[in-house]
Amino acid sequence: MAKPASNLSKNVQAVGAWVDERLPVSKTWREHLTEYYAPKNFNLWYYFGSLAIVVLVIQLVTGIWLTMFYTPHADMAFGSVEFIMRDVEWGWLIRYMHSTGASFFFILVYLHMFRALLYGSYRKPRELIWILGVLILLVMMAEAFMGYVLPWGQMSYWGAQVIISLFGAIPEVGDVLVEWIRGDYMISNATLNRFFALHVVAMPLALLALVVLHLVALHEVGSNNPDGVEIKKHKDEKGRPLDGIPFHPYYTVKDLFGVGVFLILFAFVLFYAPEMGGLFLEPDNFVPADPLVTPEHIVPVWYFTPYYAMLRAVPDKFLGVMVMGAAIFVLFFLPWLDRSKVRSIRYKGLPSKIMLALFVVGFIRLGMLALGDGTPIQTLESRIWTAYYFAFFVLLPFVTKFEKTKPEPDRVTK
Amino acid sequence: MLASGLAFAAAGGEGLENADINVHDKASLQRGAAMYVNYCLGCHSMQYLRYNRLVEDLDLSEEQVQQFLLSGSQEVSDPMLSAMDADEAEEWFGIAPPDLTLTARSRGPDWIYSYLKSFYLTEDGWNNTVMPNASMPHVLWELQGIQRPITESHTNEEGVERVEIVDLELDEAGTLSPEEYSDHVRDLVAFMEYAAEPAVLKREKMGIWVLLFLVIFTGLAWLLYQEYWKDVKK
Repeated sequence: MAKPASNLSKNVQAVGAWVDERLPVSKTWREHLTEYYAPKNFNLWYYFGSLAIVVLVIQLVTGIWLTMFYTPHADMAFGSVEFIMRDVEWGWLIRYMHSTGASFFFILVYLHMFRALLYGSYRKPRELIWILGVLILLVMMAEAFMGYVLPWGQMSYWGAQVIISLFGAIPEVGDVLVEWIRGDYMISNATLNRFFALHVVAMPLALLALVVLHLVALHEVGSNNPDGVEIKKHKDEKGRPLDGIPFHPYYTVKDLFGVGVFLILFAFVLFYAPEMGGLFLEPDNFVPADPLVTPEHIVPVWYFTPYYAMLRAVPDKFLGVMVMGAAIFVLFFLPWLDRSKVRSIRYKGLPSKIMLALFVVGFIRLGMLALGDGTPIQTLESRIWTAYYFAFFVLLPFVTKFEKTKPEPDRVTK
Repeated sequence: MLASGLAFAAAGGEGLENADINVHDKASLQRGAAMYVNYCLGCHSMQYLRYNRLVEDLDLSEEQVQQFLLSGSQEVSDPMLSAMDADEAEEWFGIAPPDLTLTARSRGPDWIYSYLKSFYLTEDGWNNTVMPNASMPHVLWELQGIQRPITESHTNEEGVERVEIVDLELDEAGTLSPEEYSDHVRDLVAFMEYAAEPAVLKREKMGIWVLLFLVIFTGLAWLLYQEYWKDVKK
């Protein structure tokens, strides 16, 4: 009885060796999983990266199925989404997974970025990981915006109208540029079709490529940790970091638990609040697009609202667009703006902690203010937080250079 | 007799009455469907809802749907379309009556509920406090009766006088008592909520099982995690 089994395993090994000589399967497995040493002190904040990958996969798979039934035509798009919601087997589930996934993707990525701010994960030698991450955020924004246009509801149409017209604020080339983006004199079937092409082909490709680069860059230098100390400084005789543990199986099982907790939250929203009170799916988007009727309030989906508040806070349209763009652009410089002796917030001074806390409060407040009516007091508050958003980056080099820091430990704690 | 808790918000969700519907109450949905067919479908289509979906979801037999809901040459597999010609309708009302399949999702059930309870009659004809100057007449007036506005006039700082409707009063009783009328409207709104998203029935029923599975899965994943991490945590 034992003989055939051992023959089989010998054969499997032989096939494996044959493949390995031609394609680095085992090598990649080792380098990125079983012999990729990650710091052993990851905390709650370190779940969000792997969870973002889970959501990316959810979006890709559900997106493929939605594409099978969706019709990218101005006269049929809205009806085809309702067809998916009603007549396609499990269509409603696929669609809600996709729409809920879009919002959760941003929640996870914002939390993931906050983690980088907390522990200085963007600092040398991880600048490129951060820059690739900001590019991922940019592509995600384009992807989400174009995806939101596809159901061709009122908010799809008028949201696109508002966002595309922003490019019109650019002097000289603005009008030509807007027409070029729309492919027509107004938002029309031509716009819908190109957005569909970009949403299902171009942007996902770019997103996947950037995610791969983000991970390759991460695995080249190794992960940061809540203490912000380099685990590679202390290695055992075999060259393994003393404070590191193999990603697989340790972090794969830990992240599996994280995925479970995440899916519970995800499923709860999906099954019991897919509209999330009008934040994930806006009520006006259940009305078919009508170029002749402007909705009372045109508000972008929640994940764009902080930037939208900045746009509204500036009285001049062109300047507003510039401020909005700068709010993202400034992120690219973060690795060089932080000049602290230590990476982690744990060892930074009180001024750094207060600044970061205010930054988070400001970002959330801006998001909330964009949903308001724009009363004078709300506009004033938007202006204050917009100014603070940029002040954070301007002050960062000085505060981090001159504030008193606590000594970093030699090894990771706990 | 006063109609209770009236809504006077001209726009937005504030001041709307809670519809308090239960979309899982099959009897309520059945009554609502009958009401929709009798009072609304003449003008308002539900183009994304087919009659045979009602057989599936509302515990109705095909014969019942055929007998009570279908009219003329319609088939069970047809969508619920109004027989009214859109151009003619526009001529009569100034605007073609909108399709109502998704109204419960775009306006919300509370809005529809409040709207249907807020019609009043003046010498200028029917009007509504929830959507002032809407072109729709009060189709359910025989059930509810006729409400008249109670007005108050206010003079603001600039000395401009403004007449405001503060409440509606039932002037002529209908065939239903106000409580019965509310119940009828509630059934209708429940049906519209269902029509806006038929999947809601399945979604809310199966969600609990998915969550239960995930809780067990996560529990096992936690045990696995603890087991593996024993040697890291010592």
